[in-house]
Amino acid sequence: MCGLTGWFGRPGNEDDDQALAHAMVAAIVHRGPDGNGIHVDEGDGRRPAVGLGHARLAIVGLGDGAQPLSNAEGTLTVVFNGEIFNYVELRAELMARGRRFLTTTDTEVLLALYELEGDDFLDKLNGDFAFALHDARRGRLLLARDRMGVRPLYYTEHAGRLWFASEVKALAAVPGLRLELDPIALDQIFTLWAPIAPRTAFAGIRQLQPGELAIADADGWRQRLWWTLDFPDRDDARPERPRAEDAAELRALLEDATRLRMRADVPVGTYLSGGLDSSITSALAARMTPLGLNSFSVTFDDAEHDESAFQNEMAQALGTNHAAIRCREADIAAAFPAVIASTECPILRTAPAPLHRLSSLVRARGMKVVLTGEGADEVFAGYDLFSEAAVRRFVGRAPGSKARPLLFRRLYPWQNQLNRQSPAQLAAVFGGGDAADPLFSHRPRFKSTAQAKLFFGPALKDRLAGYDATEELLAALPARFHRWHPLNQAQYLETRFLLAGYILSSQGDRVAMAHGVEGRFPFLDHRVVAFASRLPPAAKLCGLKEKHILRRAMGDLLPADIANRRKQPYRAPDARSFTAALAADGPIGAALSEPALAATGLFEPRLVRRLVDKTAAHPDASFRDNAAFVGILSTQLWVDRFRSSTVA
Amino acid sequence: MSDAIKSTVSTFLIDNFRFGDTSVAIADDESLIETGFIDSTGVLELVAFLEDTFAITVADTDIVPENLDSLAAIARYVEHKGGKAA
Repeated sequence: MCGLTGWFGRPGNEDDDQALAHAMVAAIVHRGPDGNGIHVDEGDGRRPAVGLGHARLAIVGLGDGAQPLSNAEGTLTVVFNGEIFNYVELRAELMARGRRFLTTTDTEVLLALYELEGDDFLDKLNGDFAFALHDARRGRLLLARDRMGVRPLYYTEHAGRLWFASEVKALAAVPGLRLELDPIALDQIFTLWAPIAPRTAFAGIRQLQPGELAIADADGWRQRLWWTLDFPDRDDARPERPRAEDAAELRALLEDATRLRMRADVPVGTYLSGGLDSSITSALAARMTPLGLNSFSVTFDDAEHDESAFQNEMAQALGTNHAAIRCREADIAAAFPAVIASTECPILRTAPAPLHRLSSLVRARGMKVVLTGEGADEVFAGYDLFSEAAVRRFVGRAPGSKARPLLFRRLYPWQNQLNRQSPAQLAAVFGGGDAADPLFSHRPRFKSTAQAKLFFGPALKDRLAGYDATEELLAALPARFHRWHPLNQAQYLETRFLLAGYILSSQGDRVAMAHGVEGRFPFLDHRVVAFASRLPPAAKLCGLKEKHILRRAMGDLLPADIANRRKQPYRAPDARSFTAALAADGPIGAALSEPALAATGLFEPRLVRRLVDKTAAHPDASFRDNAAFVGILSTQLWVDRFRSSTVA
Repeated sequence: MSDAIKSTVSTFLIDNFRFGDTSVAIADDESLIETGFIDSTGVLELVAFLEDTFAITVADTDIVPENLDSLAAIARYVEHKGGKAA
């Protein structure tokens, strides 16, 4: 787990390039504080020049894992970020075929596999990774990213070179490259919560998509998806199989996915939120850690967000060495500028901030690898959004029914105000919508979120006139999407766009790696994902019971109240976290001040002032007011951090 | 009376849900749900405003789109309940 940087293309001055390679690595040293290295080759007139840089977080092969790593002949050189969890098996397989290894690392396994199998070797990897591999024999560079998009990889073309890096801040070191906000990306964030890859918040800077391979050589630049999330056709239902058999297979898969992710030459801990998913992950990990598992949690002061009772119950049941860090509203405000420097993207929720704080606790305890429950809600349909879409379809099939809309109250029992609303009102506000719309499941969220665009300033509104982010999302859907069951369609949207674009990025890799902590996700093992995709939808969402098959497969490992717990979305206090900070001098007040708003020109200062006043007066702000507040604040902080003062 | 109610409610909706942005006017018969003014929580903010402003009591069974989903519907409903302008 590390950070990588580099370029490919036009030759330069070797001394300048050496200095540049070091400068790029220095910008992402937080990702790999345990060592660094560079490789610069100016080419020979026929072969393009290449630069590779690496900041290392030592987890596997502590003594022999320095990068960039080359093969014995020096013809292949790689910089690698992440892990190949099945490298032990792959190494044994290659040794049986006569291959010899000089190190104990997964990086060398990657080089050997490429050498023997060519571009198709990616299919054999079980891991979370991004890498840049230079093949001097063929004069080409390969960039690749893991299936689910756990590890980031950004790139841009500038001055005759392709530049790439784990984080955009390394690209800021490239001479003459100016970082600007992409207004289309901002529209996408203020509608969909994240830019649609390959777009990023930065104009002209792209990201490799999850499961993408890109090859650059003298002929140019080619990309293809080497893996895609897929589901069976709706009419092509799998033959019925006893649920118990599915549960047993899932259990075996999750045990193996966890076993592979416990591999490291340093101790591995877990995040424990108190919910079903991280409790399962921790329970499996605890069984594989005879000397005692370290588990970590965030606690909140208010009952609405705090889950410490469940965290403590689970930690006690497993006998883990448990540590928790308290996250007050003031902590969120204090960390927020640093969080945005890490996410490199405006965000609509503060939820990454407590995780930024949590990774600092992990690091302070001398650990750098944690397993988490991330991905289970996407893969096994845990989010409210999935059940809400199912109820909306159910209501839509019998318009006028007085009974069916009452299910909305069952979905959100903590929303007391729903009890006052008539069935007709519930049906109207949750919205039936067009059942044939590919975005049916997500339309209410997009519509509600997009209200935040109200605050866009006149120049930005003019620039975006006629643009509709949901149209671009529709165009990005694969043709086969239309043949899937509605639940699988909703899962695809959530997994392909929000998981990769926000959860694993702003709320995952970025805030963990800010403190040199690597997250590993057993639920996102590609074998688990493929298994879940083939399940009948009712095995995942059974009535309104989410993650049905997962509870059945793993419930016996957990105390009954946790095994049967309803999904509590992970959230943190949003706008109200900043009320005190706004009243004091500091970066939050400065970012939302009238001069700062006027300087960026992105938002209408008069409206923002009223929003700030409203959220200060009403701490229980609505979803959309919170999203608007956090979106505006994070955008302003983003502009300040990345020195981009104009719209591209 | 009806126009006064519509004007008062329109001002509230723009102040509360559009932060004073008057660039988009609300047509009398426009659906407040479809245009995004009102969501599942917003409707009760509207009800509280109507009760305070027009001295009426809105029964739970009256919280239906026919009464609350447009300026014209709200004005009709408030008048029917004998609402008095503040």
